[in-house]
Amino acid sequence: MNELSVNHLLGIKHLTQADIQLIFETADHFKEVINRPIKKVPSLRDITIANLFFENSTRTRLSFELAEKRLSADVINFSAASSSVKKGETLIDTVNNILSMKVDMVVMRHPNPGAGVFLSQHINASIINAGDGAHEHPTQALLDCYSIRERLGSVSGKKVVIVGDILHSRVALSNIFALQLLGAKVKVCGPKTLVPKYIEKIGVEVESNLKAALEWCDVANMLRIQNERMDISYFPSTREYTQQYGVNRVLLDSLKKEIVIMHPGPINRGVEITSDVADSKQSIILEQVQNGVAIRMAVIYLLASKIKVHES
Amino acid sequence: MSQKVLLNAKEVNIALHRLSCQLIENHNTFHNTVLIGIQPRGIYLADRIKIMLEDDYKIKNIQLGYLDITFFRDDFRRGEKPLEANKTSINFLVEDKKIVFIDDVLYTGRSIRAALTAIQSFGRPSEIELLTLIDRRFSRHLPIQPDYRGRQVDAINDEKVKVCWKENEGEDTVYLISN
Repeated sequence: MNELSVNHLLGIKHLTQADIQLIFETADHFKEVINRPIKKVPSLRDITIANLFFENSTRTRLSFELAEKRLSADVINFSAASSSVKKGETLIDTVNNILSMKVDMVVMRHPNPGAGVFLSQHINASIINAGDGAHEHPTQALLDCYSIRERLGSVSGKKVVIVGDILHSRVALSNIFALQLLGAKVKVCGPKTLVPKYIEKIGVEVESNLKAALEWCDVANMLRIQNERMDISYFPSTREYTQQYGVNRVLLDSLKKEIVIMHPGPINRGVEITSDVADSKQSIILEQVQNGVAIRMAVIYLLASKIKVHES
Repeated sequence: MSQKVLLNAKEVNIALHRLSCQLIENHNTFHNTVLIGIQPRGIYLADRIKIMLEDDYKIKNIQLGYLDITFFRDDFRRGEKPLEANKTSINFLVEDKKIVFIDDVLYTGRSIRAALTAIQSFGRPSEIELLTLIDRRFSRHLPIQPDYRGRQVDAINDEKVKVCWKENEGEDTVYLISN
């Protein structure tokens, strides 16, 4: 097996275990490449990639752009705030206009769940989902699992708790799918109002006590409260949330073992995680960011290798 | 499918000794020279040459690295099969060093072209030479020739040269395979 089973990366749900292993093995090679004195390879010099961001992003967008440039692809960037979308253009029209400029691959972030799937049915280019609403964020889940594999040797058999705003989080859903596919056990922990009602149906246990959850796990993935997606109040106050669901040094020191702390960013310091924890040796937050470039290079490379020259 | 032995174990051994001696003639103590085996098949030859230089010719501290050229190849998206990468391990600087590329078979020269580009990611070497066990004459697509060759062979395009090593296939033999 040295080819992905899919032509697009729309979600972890569409991937097989072998796909993820292949992405990880390829990312190992790219991680070596990005630590060379000259961090660029010419593989994708005849591929053009459009980054379409219909929603704000810093880390993901920079990470994708860097990954594309490290592979020598030509890159065009688009953000909805400064485009004709504001003038009423539809998604398909926008994308088709961009594709008629001979673009081979589209990286898209969109506020609507399923936007990537919808697009893949209507256009003839390889699509990478860089986050669609509260649905999936596959490359984040891949880089999270890759970082766990790097720190702990493997993902299989590990216990991972995802803490915080599960309801609005695409990172949570993609992580759950990826971790389960790789054989990890997953729990979620957060205020009842921020845990989806039927999450147990996908084999995830809910733990409402943070200390108990941390005692159980090997890895804690701390999520941000997504205020921008909240139209009503889900908990009384930020201060109360922090008291119940924020990790701090005292809490971590009270545990029987040392656990690994992850965070997909952006961090709200002092809310879900205190600064001394975020910057400690237990935290692999910056490794996650570095691995993000290698993982995205691997995904782009593997998808691009399926676009044959005579077809493009 | 038929196969013919081009070099048997004894002939391979003689060729390896000769190549090692030629390297010593040009590089003496190897104090400013590094060996780079080209992945995937060149690394076995590179390992052998290094061991021979150290054990039989008592040259110490030879630096050997492996270079994978997958991401530098010019046939990405052009073949039926996807390209599969291998490990690159170069744990030293190549800036101002003399490099000897080592590969088992030189055919079209495209791998070496890729290797010449790939090595630039690790610095600017002072010069690069090429050592190959088998040189398939008259089949080059690019103006690339070896500096050290074990054996020159004439093989037509649908024939294949296969180099087998004791550590993998159980014997040191070079075969010419034709369909």
